[in-house]
Amino acid sequence: MTTILTCPFKKLPTTSKWALRFAIRPLSCSSQLRAAPAVQTKTKKTLAKPNIRNVVVVDGVRTPFLLSGTSGLLHRTSVPKEVVDYIIFGTVIQEVKTSNVAREAALGAGFSDKTPAHTVTMACISANQAMTTGVGLIASGQCDVIVAGGVELMSDIPIRHSRKMRKLMLDLNKAKSMGQRLSLISKFRLNFLAPELPAVAEFSTSETMGHSADRLAAAFAVSRLEQDEYALRSHSLAKKAQDEGLLSDVVPFRVPGKDTVTKDNGIRPSSLEQMAKLKPAFIKPYGTVTAANSSFLTDGASAMLIMAEEKALAMGYKPKAYLRDFMYVSQDPKDQLLLGPTYATPKVLEKAGLTMNDIDAFEFHEAFSGQILANFKAMDSDWFAENYMGRKTKVGLPPLEKFNNWGGSLSLGHPFGATGCRLVMAAANRLRKEGGQYGLVAACAAGGQGHAMIVEAYPK
Amino acid sequence: MVACRAIGILSRFSAFRILRSRGYICRNFTGSSALLTRTHINYGVKGDVAVVRINSPNSKVNTLSKELHSEFTEVMNEIWASDQIRSAVLISSKPGCFIAGADINMLSACKTLQEVTQLSQEAQRILEKLEKSPKPVVAAINGSCLGGGLELAISCQYRIATKDRKTVLGVPEVLLGALPGAGGTQRLPKMVGVPAALDMMLTGRNIRADRAKKMGLVDQLVEPLGPGLKPPEERTMEYLEEVAITFAKGLADKKISPKRNKGLVEKLTAYAMTIPFVRQQVYKKVEEKVRKQTKGLYPAPLKIIDVVKTGIEQGSDAGYLSESQKFGELVMTKESKALMGLYHGQVLCKKNKFGAPQKDVKHLAILGAGLMGAGIAQVSVDKGLKTILKDATLTGLDRGQQQVFKGLNDKVKKKALTSFERDSIFSNLTGQLDYQGFEKADMVIEAVFEDLSLKHRVLKEVEAVIPDHCIFASNTSALPISEIAAVSKRPEKVIGMHYFSPVDKMQLLEIITTEKTSRDTSASAVAVGLKQGKVIIVVKEGVDPKKLDSLTTSFGFPVGAATLVDEVGVDVAKHVAEDLGKVFGERFGGGNPELLTQMVSKGFLGRKSGKGFYIYQEGVKRKDLNSDMDSILASLKLPPKSEVSSDEDIQFRLVTRFVNEAVMCLQEGILATPAEGDIGAVFGLGFPPCLGGWSRRLGKQLTLAWSPCCISFNELLFLYSGPFRFVDLYGAQTIVDRLKKYEAAYGKQFTPCQLLADHANSPNKKFYQ
Repeated sequence: MTTILTCPFKKLPTTSKWALRFAIRPLSCSSQLRAAPAVQTKTKKTLAKPNIRNVVVVDGVRTPFLLSGTSGLLHRTSVPKEVVDYIIFGTVIQEVKTSNVAREAALGAGFSDKTPAHTVTMACISANQAMTTGVGLIASGQCDVIVAGGVELMSDIPIRHSRKMRKLMLDLNKAKSMGQRLSLISKFRLNFLAPELPAVAEFSTSETMGHSADRLAAAFAVSRLEQDEYALRSHSLAKKAQDEGLLSDVVPFRVPGKDTVTKDNGIRPSSLEQMAKLKPAFIKPYGTVTAANSSFLTDGASAMLIMAEEKALAMGYKPKAYLRDFMYVSQDPKDQLLLGPTYATPKVLEKAGLTMNDIDAFEFHEAFSGQILANFKAMDSDWFAENYMGRKTKVGLPPLEKFNNWGGSLSLGHPFGATGCRLVMAAANRLRKEGGQYGLVAACAAGGQGHAMIVEAYPK
Repeated sequence: MVACRAIGILSRFSAFRILRSRGYICRNFTGSSALLTRTHINYGVKGDVAVVRINSPNSKVNTLSKELHSEFTEVMNEIWASDQIRSAVLISSKPGCFIAGADINMLSACKTLQEVTQLSQEAQRILEKLEKSPKPVVAAINGSCLGGGLELAISCQYRIATKDRKTVLGVPEVLLGALPGAGGTQRLPKMVGVPAALDMMLTGRNIRADRAKKMGLVDQLVEPLGPGLKPPEERTMEYLEEVAITFAKGLADKKISPKRNKGLVEKLTAYAMTIPFVRQQVYKKVEEKVRKQTKGLYPAPLKIIDVVKTGIEQGSDAGYLSESQKFGELVMTKESKALMGLYHGQVLCKKNKFGAPQKDVKHLAILGAGLMGAGIAQVSVDKGLKTILKDATLTGLDRGQQQVFKGLNDKVKKKALTSFERDSIFSNLTGQLDYQGFEKADMVIEAVFEDLSLKHRVLKEVEAVIPDHCIFASNTSALPISEIAAVSKRPEKVIGMHYFSPVDKMQLLEIITTEKTSRDTSASAVAVGLKQGKVIIVVKEGVDPKKLDSLTTSFGFPVGAATLVDEVGVDVAKHVAEDLGKVFGERFGGGNPELLTQMVSKGFLGRKSGKGFYIYQEGVKRKDLNSDMDSILASLKLPPKSEVSSDEDIQFRLVTRFVNEAVMCLQEGILATPAEGDIGAVFGLGFPPCLGGWSRRLGKQLTLAWSPCCISFNELLFLYSGPFRFVDLYGAQTIVDRLKKYEAAYGKQFTPCQLLADHANSPNKKFYQ
């Protein structure tokens, strides 16, 4: 994981000429840059707010997202010390031994042992939470430089002893005499050994996410074919982006004892015919969510260097984007588990004073094809908006040609804790590449929560 | 422009779907001329699948009536005749109900045994045809699928049910004193095995969808859907239909087999049941159990066993014949008529005759965290009411909260709730010692000790903190509401809500209104009661305090005495008895208050102290008699009067006095209808009559309180018909005669009231026409 942390610093020139730009920087105004098409003018020229520090992304990297099982992520490299004020990492399934994985990773990565680190968790939006926590710390002036990211190791998840066995072992620790120990041991039964797998199901409803996604798709009448088509789109776009070298946030990662992995290995464009052959994975035998139209669980890590704008410029960095307004939402974890983006999108737009038309790059987390399409239908429904969101009119559809153009979680994979940074970096890189100004990142998460954030391109 | 894009996207996504589903969309209404005349059933054809929709007009539920039966036959014949149709789906148009069972009115209207038998045979015939249908028929079940509804469903080739809480399957005919008369006694044993089938038929229990799947009663489950582009229930029905259609097609194409893989245990049971000796043992065992529990007084269960036996031992022809005949016999019995009447009454008491209240009660406050208060809290929080439970002491409050938690936790143990749901339900409860938050309360129910001055104090305290619209309800069983309301600033907002202990088990709620109680207050109280899942009777409290304030208390005293007194607390009962004695004088004469006084002095306070008439132990279900009571009872025994002390006399003394009091309530306008009186009596005494529960329990109480009599046929009939129907079935004259005899021996409390005498004088007069 830590390779990726060293990367941005190596690539960046340490000249201070950018600092000059800071002094003369006008209000960022990308509309000039996009004068030629002139399709629409932005509602707002920038989202900079008076008296609040601008927060910028200097750069972000990630390891290739590997299909779960190919590797664990450990690394040792050195990073310049004292650069970073604080480190925040998101993760979902926690290893008891490294409950504050951010600190352990920071130490292992050779960060200064004087740099504090903490771990956040918010299911699939853990990395988003890490970033926004960092944004808060910078904006409030507590820190200047923060490394935020996420890490997930799906190939080595902790498996616990059963509750009975745990109790027995704990009691044994406390037992004082041999007699007590023997009497405790005599209580041992073979079934105590049955391990307890970490729940992939919602705690509140005992329903797995795939199951919920299948029901969600059915509730919005999303057909199997629509889902397969969307999944195919995601894989094709990801493949194209990969071939064109657009996924520049990926850094090669050497798997100990194996070959170095340089690209995402889950991108596998298939055909609709082949996808149609798959059996439903959750609601059997008639469901519509299959392995092909769901995101897959992977190992992966991502990290981002975020700074106060003036600090970045002073240090001679060339930021990639501003992190602007963000929003967390939550709703019914049973029937609306995966509708986070629908709820978060209009709220964050309103907060920022933007409209759908202002957004040039949408980056939504694709947990399931069915989930994305259900969100589309929800956003496009007046009935849903009136009855469930307390809005008078529908949210409106994000235009598909601006939507997840470089692939998404369906094709790139979804390491629970690390996806958030990937989304932001994809949005930032797309804005740079395609010349847009505002990007919208949205994701859903277990527990019925959702997140959205506006990313503004840093003027060139 | 965005709109164009949006449309573009949509069309891209939906293009294939439309192509694929064109067959669904082009509905071909074969025989649409007939469709117009049909009111209960219609059907459309989607591709090559006929979708048959059941929809009884002007009713919340679908019932199997004559009209439905004939339309169903017609529709099925059309489907079988059509070349275009290869399979069919049976579904209801009502989201909460597949088919709730046979139309009870149709059965009650039958005058002769032959008529009923014929109804059964007609149903058997069409269902047999359905069972042998060359085109597969899929039953798509959402909501209740009971009685004849389930018999219809198990005649289909395949069953798909939604995994909704509302979806229940069962054959509750036994609770109406009948048996499944449309082939159910023959098909169920084949489908789920003899033991499971007998269990279903003898208990009439409701089976939830997931359990039904495990038993093999349904083949597939469909998860209910959340909100989408339509209301959840509507879309769930559509989805169920879509899934059912895919399965119907699969069955027609022979891609899906209707045969189910049986588990090892099932296979073994099935094998064991092929051995005649084992079968005989099973019948014997079940019969013994039923005899023991019903004391042979309840005819339906034994006949059910008999019919099942006939079918298995002598073949299905003999089985069907026996089923229809026994069905006819049973429906004509008094028991069945009483139970069906009761069912009607119950349906009636599940409605709010006052209409919808102006303001929904969302925040409830309960004063007093005793057995009652906590019980009311428990049935409120799990219905989503935000509930404050207030008590005067921390220990009392703690006990009450523990009781609520335990009640919810028991449901978790029975897997009716998940531990998460328990916690989230429990979070609706706030326990406190002060009046904080009462300013938000929509209704306050007081369940403090039965003492008028205490109630007055509480009422004044509460009225100082609650908002104007808030209703004050008193859970008193003894004190007149009008007297409690006397100190109120707003007597129109004061009402009585008398729950029965244990609140989470007893279905009855008695609402007592005073002259001043406003209609909207009554409507609110009934709405809250219905939300809590109660069967409600509304009684009026007269201006004259001499009038009976609580019908069911008077019932409760003679019959359920031992258990009732133990539940409410012996000290409370003593207090109440003294009060009632003061108010009612002679009408309540006869009991001996000394008994309760002695019990209190010995510390036998009922369930709360672990000892009362019975002994209560944590975790022990069986109640043993408290042997220390013998000496108290012996010391107080009255010398029997020989001329009126036969076993039969003792029974009738109870029953007739009971009836007399009830009729008097009707006469004085305290009760609005006989039906409410019957429901109040029956439910107040511990209905429903499921096997293994009630008759034994009540029998024991009677034995204890009025030994040496044991429960007789007449008492049993009385217990499940209620006083008014009992008079109709038994004859007013006989009852009046008995009463006069006891009046001579015991005095005024047995004087027959005027209305009862009127009924005796004109034999054509009936409470139920």
